[in-house]
Amino acid sequence: MTKVALVTGGSGGIGRAVALELAARGNRVAVNYYVGFAEAAAEVLEEIGSAGGEGVTVQADVSDPQDVAQMFATVTEQLGPVDILVNNAGITRDGLLLRMETDDWDAVLSTNLRSVYLCSKAALRPMVRSRWGRIVSISSVAGLSGNVGQANYAASKAGVVGFTKSVAKEVGSRGVTVNAIAPGFIDTDMTRKLPDEVRDAASGSIALGRFGLPREVASAVGYLASEDAAYITGQVLVVDGGMAL
Amino acid sequence: MDRSEIENRIKNLLVSELGLDESRVSAEATFEEDLEVDSLGVVELLMALEDEFGVKIPDEEAEEIGTVGEAVDVVEAKLAG
Repeated sequence: MTKVALVTGGSGGIGRAVALELAARGNRVAVNYYVGFAEAAAEVLEEIGSAGGEGVTVQADVSDPQDVAQMFATVTEQLGPVDILVNNAGITRDGLLLRMETDDWDAVLSTNLRSVYLCSKAALRPMVRSRWGRIVSISSVAGLSGNVGQANYAASKAGVVGFTKSVAKEVGSRGVTVNAIAPGFIDTDMTRKLPDEVRDAASGSIALGRFGLPREVASAVGYLASEDAAYITGQVLVVDGGMAL
Repeated sequence: MDRSEIENRIKNLLVSELGLDESRVSAEATFEEDLEVDSLGVVELLMALEDEFGVKIPDEEAEEIGTVGEAVDVVEAKLAG
């Protein structure tokens, strides 16, 4: 039975791979993108279409309540109520805490955590009503272990974990599962910004000896979003190639 | 809208939204004990009431709702303005 999936920040990186994965699994996919990423989102949709899938693109700032409400209204009208929500949208504004600007703290917390609250809340009602739903949020190993220069990012990603475990308890009785994925170093624009020495040092700490691919995270999301994972909730699945921080 | 119509519509919501057995739903029935509605179920009911009647029920008023009849009271008062 085909479900409706919404992937926030679906125009690039892990989000793009997640959108393609969910479409390949037979879901109709709404690809959310932030202003300025319309072209990239359209390409994702095109790729979904050429693989025989179906979907839409929808622009929204997922940290803005009105945008989120509008996004859910649009997706519901075009595809139907959201059965699967993937909270993927995220940004970094790295810097040592002693030098961190309040704007950098607020921006990261808004995009990475406030968005998870807003989108999950909007998605939950129809899920609870239909007694079926999947919320998968992208956390990070930084949220579990901490990372130099990422106090804001790590706090937002740890927040996702606490949110996930709490909401899982709230809605479990209604057939809605809520889980998180904690990727390690994945080869995306976000990690390409890292200096070479940081990338090399990171690779050395990974058992598999390399950065992960977006699709290697996406397949884990696809699993948690499927019927096969019906008895898994409140969990954080670490996808990091065996990393020792 | 008179009271009996409000009551009927609320009873229908309880059956359709919360899947309750119609024969158990009376004005005196308590949500928690008689109808075994959990805390999330109460929230579901409130949202359904707000949609059905186009009213807004703040938390402090929602707390006063213990029975089906009390839900009717709150909605009736809201509609009366």
